[in-house]
Amino acid sequence: MVPLNYYLVLSAMLFAIGTAGVFVRRNLITILLSVEIMLNAVNLTFVAFGRALGSGDGQIIVFFVMTVAAAEAAVGLAIVIGLFRHRESLNPDSWTVLKW
Amino acid sequence: MMAFYVFAAIAVVASLLVIAQRNPIYSVLLLIASFGALSGLYVLLDAPFVAVIQIIVYAGAIMVLFLFVVMLLNAPHEDTDYDERVHPLLRPGPMRLGAVLAAALAVELWWALTRTGDSGRFPAGAVASVRAIGRSLFTDYAFPFEVTSILILVAMVGAVLLARREGRG
Amino acid sequence: MTPLLVAQIVLTLFVFFMLLNSAAVMVYVERKVAAFLQQRLGPYLVGPRGMLQPLADVVKLMFKEELRPRAADPLLFALAPIISATAAFAAFAVVPFGADTTLFGLLKEPLRLQVADVNVAILVIFAIASMGVYGIVLAGWSSNSKYSLLGGLRSSAQMISYELSYGTAIASVLLVANSMSLSDIVNRQAGAWFGVIPRWFFFLQPVGFLIFMTAGIAETNRAPFDFPEAEQELVAGYHTEYSSMSFAMFFLAEYINMVTVSAVATDLFLGGWHGPLLPESFGWIWFLLKVAALLFFYVWMRWTLPRYRYDQLMAFGWKVLLPLSVVNLLVTAAGVLYFGV
Repeated sequence: MVPLNYYLVLSAMLFAIGTAGVFVRRNLITILLSVEIMLNAVNLTFVAFGRALGSGDGQIIVFFVMTVAAAEAAVGLAIVIGLFRHRESLNPDSWTVLKW
Repeated sequence: MMAFYVFAAIAVVASLLVIAQRNPIYSVLLLIASFGALSGLYVLLDAPFVAVIQIIVYAGAIMVLFLFVVMLLNAPHEDTDYDERVHPLLRPGPMRLGAVLAAALAVELWWALTRTGDSGRFPAGAVASVRAIGRSLFTDYAFPFEVTSILILVAMVGAVLLARREGRG
Repeated sequence: MTPLLVAQIVLTLFVFFMLLNSAAVMVYVERKVAAFLQQRLGPYLVGPRGMLQPLADVVKLMFKEELRPRAADPLLFALAPIISATAAFAAFAVVPFGADTTLFGLLKEPLRLQVADVNVAILVIFAIASMGVYGIVLAGWSSNSKYSLLGGLRSSAQMISYELSYGTAIASVLLVANSMSLSDIVNRQAGAWFGVIPRWFFFLQPVGFLIFMTAGIAETNRAPFDFPEAEQELVAGYHTEYSSMSFAMFFLAEYINMVTVSAVATDLFLGGWHGPLLPESFGWIWFLLKVAALLFFYVWMRWTLPRYRYDQLMAFGWKVLLPLSVVNLLVTAAGVLYFGV
């Protein structure tokens, strides 16, 4: 069995990759995908600690995180669709001015 | 042991490719691969329920939603002229600040990976069964469970409302 | 390399081989049954009573030219049939099809007739069915043609809509069976009430069975829910641009999905391999007979009922089948609480 630290390091790497994606990419959908990567990294940490402490709470929190991630992805994508209809662009730099 | 390294490698490589791809459809597919690898890791952590739920919810539902939106909007590439010529990860902003942060991260990772010492071995046999999780979900965590269902309802209604075309009176 | 390990590897290969064969048999059965339902003969030239027709079909498909539209995305175009076929085969890996057997005394420990015995087997089937949607979506998108894209999007929207009723019908069975492992669920259906009526969950959950079969037909894109691949409406939907072996893979995936849905329905509702006259070790014969009956039902439905229009199909899935399956779940839960299982 691999020690707990390995899972934590993997989770940290995935979280860093997700954060880099949010900062670097200029495409709304890729930004949302990077947020999903971050949420998954956190899920991995929860499950690893849940196993290490022998409790089922880790898995239950993951259940809730997944549900919230689904809701947030749905609403986020609806917003992206609405934005795209107005400006025909998925680049966040198109909306730096607060007027249509 | 081998399984952990294989799954971890797939997860990391796929996530790196997700943020490096220009075409959003490839990004979505690579993210699905990454989720599959994470699901394997959950199985290694004795959490089969979470592993299967990861596939059903994340890879099977949320990513289908992403794929639909990408296909609907049909905007495969980032669209200013500058973006067409230079790869997203090679533009000035990411190159300057990003290189510094990446170097800092690499140093930290090297430090973390070489300090295995008292690394917290997993206790054997203390595994929560699916039955125990279900019981605890409906007794201790019943309130958040019900609130989550209302949250999903709100998200559904909100998504339908936000994505409507205007002028439907 | 214990004998048990060898037996398990042989079992895996055997299941794979039998699934391929079942697709071939289904091609023949479909054409013959369709013909008899329409008062004609069907294939009768190739082999005795046309039984070698699937072989002729396979040879024809292998020798056809493999076309790829120039505007198609090459990686996704090649990947889509692979995903469809893989998901179809993988779902059968957790379906048990017979009692534990020692192969007439050759093995010391009994071999479970199931490729992978997982405790959350039902959820695994559901998960793999969710992954099968990608084959269709990617096929529609990568072909870069109007008919394919429309067919692909409609087909995948239909599949994910009916997955909800499918899952809720399964959840009702889980309530009654108290376990998520398919082997346990089948073993709970052994025996009979009053010695006559078998203890199948079909008798405890008739509505659940109907919902499951209806959602299963919609999930596998078969008539009357096959609008997205109807020849009259959309040329051929998401597999318009595919030819030769790629088309064969989609075709194969569709038939194997049918077999998997029938096999899961048999395990969940019709008692799996338990049957009256034969001893336990020959239970797989009963399993085959039940699956064959359900597959005949599938083919019968296709050639009897008129096709649903797409909006009628989606309205039916969301407004009729889903509330019905939720009510079924509630009534089942109430029954389990009151009668105590």
